[in-house]
Amino acid sequence: MSDEISNELREHLAKLIDENEVILFMKGTPESPACGFSARTVAVLNALGRKYAAVDILPDPRIRQELSELSQWPTIPQLFVDGELIGGCDIVTEMYESGELASVMGVEQPAAEPEAVEPAPQAGSVQASGLQLENNL
Amino acid sequence: MADTVEIKTRIEAALPGATAEVEDTVGDSNHFRAVVTAPQFEGLSRIQQHKLINEIFEGELGGSIHALSIKTQVPDKESAPEAART
Repeated sequence: MSDEISNELREHLAKLIDENEVILFMKGTPESPACGFSARTVAVLNALGRKYAAVDILPDPRIRQELSELSQWPTIPQLFVDGELIGGCDIVTEMYESGELASVMGVEQPAAEPEAVEPAPQAGSVQASGLQLENNL
Repeated sequence: MADTVEIKTRIEAALPGATAEVEDTVGDSNHFRAVVTAPQFEGLSRIQQHKLINEIFEGELGGSIHALSIKTQVPDKESAPEAART
C-alpha cells in the first residue's frame, strides 16, 4: 500500500515537472527560503525575471525522497526547465554567470547582479512605523 | 563525518586522471566545496558531470555530508602533462 502512495506521489511530481516550463523544488518558499542554497537559487531566478513555479519540499519528507528517485539527483534545490533537470544551486549559479541559464529559459541576460533574498520578513519596517505612530499617541 | 582528504581521495580514486581540490567551507566537516578537473567530463553536460561526482557519495549527500558544492572542469589539453595523454 505504501508503494501505491509513493507511486502516486511520484506521478504527481512528474506531472508538475511536465506542466510547468520552469519549476523549482526548494526548501521553503521564494518569499521565505529555508536554506541558503534555495535562497541563492531563488535570487538567480528572480534576477532573470522569468515566471516560475515553486514547490516547498519540507512539509513531507516523501516529496524529497520521490523527487530524488525521479531525478536521480540527491540534493535540494532542483530546477527543471521544459521537463529537464538543469541542476541545483551550483549549476544554476554557474549557468547564470555564463549567460547559459538566460538562454535556456529564453530571456535576456540582466545586467544587474541578483539581489540576495533573505529569509527575514520585510514587514519589519511597516511594523516599526506602526509602533512609532502608537508612541505619538 | 568526512574530511577534505577523504573526499579528495575518493573522487580521484573513482575518476582516474582526475584532480580534486576540496575545502571545508565552514570548518564543521559537514559543508564542502570541491573543484574537480577530470578527463571523464569531456563531452558531458554539467548535470552529467555532477552526477558522476554525486554517485561517488551516493546516500551520503544531504546526510553525513550535509553539503558538497561542486565545480567541474575539463582538463585543459594544452597544459595537460605528457604522461596524462594516452
